[in-house]
Amino acid sequence: MNSTEMKNFADQIRYYTLKELNFMGYGHYGGSLSIVETLAVLYGNHLQASPETKDDLDRDFFVLSKGHAGPALYATLFLKGYIPEEWLYTLNQNGTSLPSHPDKNKTPGVDMTTGSLGQGISSATGIAYGNKIAGRENYTYCIVGDGELNEGQCWEAIQFAAHRQLDHFIVFIDDNKKQLDGYTTEICNPFDFETKFSAFGFHTLKVDGSSVEAINKAVEEAKIMTRKPIAIILDTVKGQGVPCIEEMYSNHHIRLDEKMREEIEVVTERIGTEIGVR
Amino acid sequence: MTFEAKMGKTEMREVYRKFLLEKARKDESVVVLEADLSSSMSTDKIKDELGDRYINVGIMEAQEVCCAAGLSVAGFKPYIHTFGPFASRRVFDQIFISVAYAGTNVTIIGSDAGVTAEANGGTHMPFEELSLLRSIPHAHIYEASDDKCLRAILEETYHTDGLNYVRMIRKNAIEIYEEGETFEDGYKLLREGSDVSIVASGIMVADALQAADRLAAEGISATVIDLYRVKPVNEAALLKAAETGAIVTAENHNVIGGIGSVVAETLAELKPTLQYRVGVREAFGQVGQADYLKEQYGLTAENIVAQAKRLVEQKAKISVNV
Repeated sequence: MNSTEMKNFADQIRYYTLKELNFMGYGHYGGSLSIVETLAVLYGNHLQASPETKDDLDRDFFVLSKGHAGPALYATLFLKGYIPEEWLYTLNQNGTSLPSHPDKNKTPGVDMTTGSLGQGISSATGIAYGNKIAGRENYTYCIVGDGELNEGQCWEAIQFAAHRQLDHFIVFIDDNKKQLDGYTTEICNPFDFETKFSAFGFHTLKVDGSSVEAINKAVEEAKIMTRKPIAIILDTVKGQGVPCIEEMYSNHHIRLDEKMREEIEVVTERIGTEIGVR
Repeated sequence: MTFEAKMGKTEMREVYRKFLLEKARKDESVVVLEADLSSSMSTDKIKDELGDRYINVGIMEAQEVCCAAGLSVAGFKPYIHTFGPFASRRVFDQIFISVAYAGTNVTIIGSDAGVTAEANGGTHMPFEELSLLRSIPHAHIYEASDDKCLRAILEETYHTDGLNYVRMIRKNAIEIYEEGETFEDGYKLLREGSDVSIVASGIMVADALQAADRLAAEGISATVIDLYRVKPVNEAALLKAAETGAIVTAENHNVIGGIGSVVAETLAELKPTLQYRVGVREAFGQVGQADYLKEQYGLTAENIVAQAKRLVEQKAKISVNV
């Protein structure tokens, strides 16, 4: 995809993520919206996988370690043909195949069950290591949250990946500056991710996480890297692309009141018109 | 036939190591993970032959479990080991979510069951693995009584998808079985009696057999069962035990949640039966030699005998009252 196509794909993911969440009127808006551009770049340009190859061991793997952003992944999986659109409007409803946090046994295209923070990145290193020793050339991509990096297990995984020189392991850090209870710097300062990942032996890049071009360029650079795993730190905003959510202090899990619903639906419709689905 | 307690010739860890090597040679999907206890388990001896398929993650048990789960997603068959407390309570959520709930295939070996952790003491002496892990849906949980039993358990794990947990000791166990013994139903009926039943697991199977001999000398005939698969339990084994109308369970584990609980819970629904649970009650581990610790916690043939006699008397009183 070129830049325009990637941007359009990102808008589509944002549109269906919003529609999906609006349907129930509550959910993890903030952290879903901040990874939309990254998902667009990955699924639009890089991830070598499709509904037909979803069980092949030589496909690329994707692990959404920050599992609460599941709705954004589901919107992407719908747009890539893994699941039908109707499923999106069953999010979190009784008997659904789309639970709040991804479940690999429920949703086609979900490579690993995540949601208990810290475990996804750890499992992803196992997938990447397995692919490496099997002699496969495929990539394992993982998105981890900035708040999630509070979890000690993440740093076990990061140390393991560097020690094992997993150069086909690309981890994105969604640095949206907030976790559930507020700003990451106020709750338990993570300090500088770039310095930390580099110190742990990663090749580290920092990009504007709202720019599909910048993310795409970083992934291209990451793929040239050898003998080191790659960390791409995404400078993002929690609630990215939806001004009224970006402005909320507490936007991790939102339950819409009437005013919010009105505002968010206006944005949703505007994006829908832009991408030509309304 | 009386039971003669003699040490098995083969260390339990050697059984594990040989099993891994045999499977890894035939099956390229077998991978082995350790968390800095490879020399304690002696799997370091197969490190060179396994190459990339031997993964010592360092002192990172959470990473060990989830990395294994990821390896399963990538098509591998992981066997992971660490000491029992770290293989269970330290990584309970990792086992629960990334293995059981995610439906990955991982076999976990927790070594040095209960008092056999000896000088490692309270921090390293696990009495609660079965209690924790039994609550996980569809888990397969085993406790090995001797080297032959362990070999059979490991073979079963190789053919069983999902979460497998094997509780074992590392060194030599008292020999329970002859070479060539067959294991297939999750339990072994070792003695058949009519007055009382002893259901035991792990190192307590030897005590159960000794207790049965002592009871026989006093005219009490005892059934003895080695319940080596704790979950899913073979209900037929427990119904067999219930036929005598009185059961003593014996385990090197907390009485809450171990095989005593398995028997009580199962029979409460199928055939309520008089029971006493020999096991660790409201106590933490401590340093000491295994024999000393067994005395401390009442994990002895003497205690099994005493409880069995008490139950036989109680049973007689109940039948008189009826």
